[in-house]
Amino acid sequence: MTSGVLAVGLGKFLFVSAVLLVLGVFGIFLNRKNIIVILMSIELILLAVNINLVAFSGALGDLAGQVLAMFVLTVAAAEAAIGLAIVVVYFRNRGSIEVEDVTMMKG
Amino acid sequence: MITLFFYLFSAVLLGASAMVVTSRNPVHAVLFLILAFLNAAALFLIAGAEFLALTLVVVYVGAVAVLFLFVVMMLDVDFVQLREGFQRYAPVGAAVGLVLFGELAAVLFGWEAWSGSFAVRGSATPSSVSNTVALGQVLYTHYVYLFQLSGLILLVAMIGAIVLTHRERRGALRQDIGRQQARRVDETLEILQVPSRAGAGQIGLFRPKHLPSPVRDREPVERA
Repeated sequence: MTSGVLAVGLGKFLFVSAVLLVLGVFGIFLNRKNIIVILMSIELILLAVNINLVAFSGALGDLAGQVLAMFVLTVAAAEAAIGLAIVVVYFRNRGSIEVEDVTMMKG
Repeated sequence: MITLFFYLFSAVLLGASAMVVTSRNPVHAVLFLILAFLNAAALFLIAGAEFLALTLVVVYVGAVAVLFLFVVMMLDVDFVQLREGFQRYAPVGAAVGLVLFGELAAVLFGWEAWSGSFAVRGSATPSSVSNTVALGQVLYTHYVYLFQLSGLILLVAMIGAIVLTHRERRGALRQDIGRQQARRVDETLEILQVPSRAGAGQIGLFRPKHLPSPVRDREPVERA
């Protein structure tokens, strides 16, 4: 299958990716207490990165972008697993997932 | 036609991601995240990255989103309380988001492609084979070390998650292979002469003399 990036326009892909990134950053600020939604926002940001990489890969006909997107996917999956494990341990110790007072954990 | 589909999928993608960050119920947020990933996979298909599109569906919808759903439903979290400060943080977040978006828009409308960019491609897409074959051809040759490294990252993540969440359960029964192998027949089996046509009323109940006590990790804790 040939890439449809040039038929659609590279700029539109980049615009969607930029809006997705901004939504992810906005979500981190909006849900300061709920670490699960913060993790989901990070997933959105990484998805924006992936869309950018794939769009450029299609526009340039360069497979390196898709390979890099695959590695980003791997890291995102690992990050989600570790992050959720930390959330579970934190909840077990504190009985809540409010992350504003995480600094109390030290010592 | 393809542009129409692009607009459809990207509109649903952006709407779903907006719902992810603003929805009141985290379960709804996870479901909207799944919708966003499905539409992103459709965008990948439009861009010609078929393998990545299906990987996105398998990895994200099949694994990561289920993991999120599992954690959201397993933890008994008071989500109403977590919503406090939503209005307080919204202006700051909107301001940061607007600044970031302004910068990105400045890049978006100001950039132009370098004319020599086709000449410096790392691995040009071959036209004769499908996307999956082409990806495999470069992934296992040029990027084989990175590929191995990503496998290592997944291994570390797996071990880390297990180490973090594993807890030793007190009082759980456990297999002790050494004791199993050290048992002899005469301490396990007892052969009795049972008279025929005699019920339990005449013979009496039989109990083995020494039942081995089960192996426990630790002594069970008395619960209050």
